[in-house]
Amino acid sequence: MANDEPVLEVSDLVTRFNTHDGTVHAVNGVSFTLNAGEFLGVVGESGSGKSVTMMSLLKLIPMPPGEIVNGSAMFGGQDLLAMSDHELRKVRGAEIGFIFQDPMTSLNPVLTVGRQITESVRLHTGVTAKGADARAVELLDLVGIPDAKQRLKAYPHELSGGMRQRVMIAVALACSPKVIIADEPTTALDVTIQAQIIELIKDLREQLNTAVIWITHDLGVVAGLADRVLVMYAGQIVEEARVNELYGDPQHPYAQGLLRSIPRLDQKGHELASIKGQPPSLTSAPVSCSFEPRCPYAFERCGIELPKLFDISRGHRAACFWDMKEGRPADDR
Amino acid sequence: MTVDVGVGVGVGVDSAPGEDATAVDTPERKVLLSVRDLKKHFPIMKGVFRRQVGAVRALDGVSFDIYRGETLGLVGESGSGKSTTGRVILQLEKATAGTVTFDGNELTSMSGEQVRKLRPRMQMVFQDPHASLNPRMTVASILGEPLKEHKVARGAERQQRVESLLAQVGLDPSHANRYPHEFSGGQRQRIGVARAIALSPEFIVADEPIAALDVSIQAQVVNLLQSIQDELELTYLFISHDLSMVRHIADRVAVMYLGTLVEMAPVDELYSSPEHPYTQALHSAVPVPDPIVEASRERVILRGDIPSPANPPPGCVFNTRCPWAQDDVCTQVAPEWREIAPDHWVACHLVKERAVTIK
Repeated sequence: MANDEPVLEVSDLVTRFNTHDGTVHAVNGVSFTLNAGEFLGVVGESGSGKSVTMMSLLKLIPMPPGEIVNGSAMFGGQDLLAMSDHELRKVRGAEIGFIFQDPMTSLNPVLTVGRQITESVRLHTGVTAKGADARAVELLDLVGIPDAKQRLKAYPHELSGGMRQRVMIAVALACSPKVIIADEPTTALDVTIQAQIIELIKDLREQLNTAVIWITHDLGVVAGLADRVLVMYAGQIVEEARVNELYGDPQHPYAQGLLRSIPRLDQKGHELASIKGQPPSLTSAPVSCSFEPRCPYAFERCGIELPKLFDISRGHRAACFWDMKEGRPADDR
Repeated sequence: MTVDVGVGVGVGVDSAPGEDATAVDTPERKVLLSVRDLKKHFPIMKGVFRRQVGAVRALDGVSFDIYRGETLGLVGESGSGKSTTGRVILQLEKATAGTVTFDGNELTSMSGEQVRKLRPRMQMVFQDPHASLNPRMTVASILGEPLKEHKVARGAERQQRVESLLAQVGLDPSHANRYPHEFSGGQRQRIGVARAIALSPEFIVADEPIAALDVSIQAQVVNLLQSIQDELELTYLFISHDLSMVRHIADRVAVMYLGTLVEMAPVDELYSSPEHPYTQALHSAVPVPDPIVEASRERVILRGDIPSPANPPPGCVFNTRCPWAQDDVCTQVAPEWREIAPDHWVACHLVKERAVTIK
């Protein structure tokens, strides 16, 4: 499905929030590539910068207090971060679609479902009202909403949480975007409804060749979906790998700790290996490894130098000075 | 002795509701808490005169027992009534019908003052450590309050007890004079645990104690709950929507759906051979953090959503989503809560009985 032709190339993104209580360094030099048709999982805890990174790309963060200090995001030969608001508006929703966590707050409560889908279709493709309605029915069908034609007239509050999220997906797909960014799209849903949505996304991926960035805190959700996964911590990517490699052979102590700290449904547990301490506050830009205070492998170098993403093997990178395979500080990093 | 119970629809172990033999004391295990046919209906009021026009059946006839020293996991989706169960057990909500008996004391027929006297023995850990700690009180006064209220310790002794509680939950005793906002979410939940164990209780209801915490912090709190359970010989009702975590912590698990219990069994049995179609679907819906396992999993995808508890479907509450529901029975008759194998309880017409051991 995925080939190695990049549709989105982000390099050295830095985003800060200048608040009354000081500067929050939310994203600290993030670089990654998204290939056409690829499913990229972005995993991290709250405050790891996973959402802010993706929101920054389309300037969807409030500015001020937010500020994109540095970086570029090449999409279709153009730098998203250098675009004017007017140019960006043509990209948002048309070429890059968004699915947000909570469909109740991201759908407009006073507009019908049909109107919210056709709005984007008409704005970006300039079809007639009739054509847009037909497209909306087609989309609602596609996302598995029964009785689509009737549902066009429904308001968001008349739908259940799962149905609303399906509508969100329909809105995101409306203009056949090249990239869909989904920010915790199943977190607000119950587990049986989450399973329905995941099944739908799997189906859609096979039908449409859209690249997906799926942001989540749940390592379970992306395991069955993603081709590749980025693990974020304290506003940085700490590990990047193909999904099987990340889960089977994590190279960053944080990724490893996270995988060991979650129980599994299919296994009776040993004691959970918790990660000591808590995530840093991000009030200053990192000068050394952000995970060092919590890391069981930390040694002297970790407290004085900031590790960059080192290549471990092809397509597998980790921001760590420790050689997990050898069990000692790496000499080639 | 072992008896064969008739196999067929609607035939269960002979028992009147309210005195069914969910549990029997044996030398190895003693019932600490028993719940019989417990109901909690919240009235729906409408109009100028606020007349009652209906009721949300949050809890609609639930029976189970909790044995001393065990952890009973209570799982279900939002709206299934699991939190209401916990709150009604601790008498934070008054039951509409049914009984809760704690160590021989029938709480549901007691006065507030009588329940208050038992309060030190049964406590609660809440979900949201931000909302459940008073922001204007220092940690010392939060932890000291139950000691004062129940006249357990005073003066220097109380101070000492507070410090030892903090140490017990892994916090620095010298932080006793700080306020809740000075702590992180995980630390605040530790304070919530410290408050719950301040009066040396026997029984704790933990209502989604880790749901508001980050993944890397969840394991810390769960490990803490397990270690203080061993230390203080606590009995837990662990309420959660996280089936993986419940498998990790519970001895027995009960599954709720729309205000009723659909299945209850020892943890390994419930996870290796779930009998109720809802339990099976719930299992297959939980993602496993392993791409190789995920690639080969077969999924039961339920259609539709959980119905409104204000208007539950007739017959089996699960019939609207059940892949095997049969028109003649499932939509007509509510299934009986019956023991299909020792300690394994199911409410489903379609599950066949195995040999039941009656102790």
